[in-house]
Amino acid sequence: MEILIDEDRCVAAGQCVAVAPAVFDQRDEDGIAVLVNENTPAALAGDVEQAIAMCPAMAITVLE
Amino acid sequence: MTETTENVTTDHTDDLPQFPAPRSTENPFAPPPGLLALHDRGEAVVRVRHWDGTTPWVAVTHEAQRQVLSSPSVSANIAAEGYPVTTPAMKAHAAHAEPGLNNTDGAEHTRWRRMLTNSFTRKRMALLRPEIQQITDELIDNMLAGPNPTELNEALSLPLPSLMICALLGVPYEDHDFFQAHAGVVNSTTKTPEQGAATVKALHEYIAGLIEKKMAHPREDVLTDLGEKIREGVLAWDEAQRLGLMLLVAGHDTSANMITLGTALLLRNPEQLAGLRENSGDERFVTNAVEELLRYLTLPHLLARRAVVEDFEIEGVTIRKGEGVISSLPAANWDPAAFPAPGALDLTRNASHHLAFGWGPHQCVGQQLARIELQVVFGTLFRKVPTLRLAADFESLRFKHDSQAYGIYELPVAW
Repeated sequence: MEILIDEDRCVAAGQCVAVAPAVFDQRDEDGIAVLVNENTPAALAGDVEQAIAMCPAMAITVLE
Repeated sequence: MTETTENVTTDHTDDLPQFPAPRSTENPFAPPPGLLALHDRGEAVVRVRHWDGTTPWVAVTHEAQRQVLSSPSVSANIAAEGYPVTTPAMKAHAAHAEPGLNNTDGAEHTRWRRMLTNSFTRKRMALLRPEIQQITDELIDNMLAGPNPTELNEALSLPLPSLMICALLGVPYEDHDFFQAHAGVVNSTTKTPEQGAATVKALHEYIAGLIEKKMAHPREDVLTDLGEKIREGVLAWDEAQRLGLMLLVAGHDTSANMITLGTALLLRNPEQLAGLRENSGDERFVTNAVEELLRYLTLPHLLARRAVVEDFEIEGVTIRKGEGVISSLPAANWDPAAFPAPGALDLTRNASHHLAFGWGPHQCVGQQLARIELQVVFGTLFRKVPTLRLAADFESLRFKHDSQAYGIYELPVAW
């Protein structure tokens, strides 16, 4: 699945990393969310959905 | 009410619910009954009578608050028309408030936020866990070796987060009496404008002195980073002072109050406490329990506040430009639609969607540090001190009704 992170919106709260550590990480230099793998396995869709719900900045979208 | 105000917008102003409403003495851990009663009206937003006579909206439901706090139609600028100020001191200070992390919007806010986000990533905070555990163990051991009964704020709740934020920022812990007392004034709702200004000035001077030392003798800490940014020309001196003050105050006072409040709440709920004690070694259980404590207690009980900068609609109600909205975080966290039977403390419920750290771009920058501190404390305290109990009449405890960070002034405990 293809996931988009809007870096301008991201506020580095770390919530996506908390609920979906296999999908999201934070960049060391500014804490902005990044993808662990460019191609996220579909099996992790549930985790991604949770991360979207928990992101306070609504910075994560899934491209259908 | 006999006085008249400029902001009266209806003929039935006496009917408006008061905000903030008083808490009950029976369960001072719970949000005020008058606030919770707003849920019974079935309205997402309700107009209230604010302490200063103005009539802002209160966003009541969890969903409405998520909408308000992530909307580009609201501003965190305390000088914006309609912003519902929290205290008399804030009202006096609002017109000449300098921009900072907490009162800016959009790209300007992003610039402030990015000055700090690298220092508080989840990964970096997780690396601190062993140190947080070690400090917690030592503080509890020292408590057990000292007088019994003792007072928990002094023995554990204040030292742990103070030591951690001091290490992160590069603030000497020896100065804790100074900054803890000043933080108390910053958060007070009853301070005079003069007291507020003098306190902020003292803290700014203190932070500036520390940054000067870091510029001469760099260390691996946040104040050194801020000094480096000043040298690079990307941050002004006064901006660095404001960031340093915010981190120092918010970095210890909030966690300290959560530790004391959470301990008292658990001691009043022995069945829940027994469950936590039995599962102290289970990280998942403790992690979940901490989210429920955060939800139930919602320490920033007077937040969050915004001014409306363009008309927008929430569930059929149009909120106008120039009006204020109080996104009452305790109301969201006790919304029965989001948390069934919200008055039941249940350490096993899924409470992770609570708004105790706020929502939207201003959500707490230090939340991952606070979480680990609380997970360590609540996973350790009752395991090491299974007989911990209150050493005072519950009715004699003084809750911090006059602070923006809710808490308990003294919590005498024995074991």
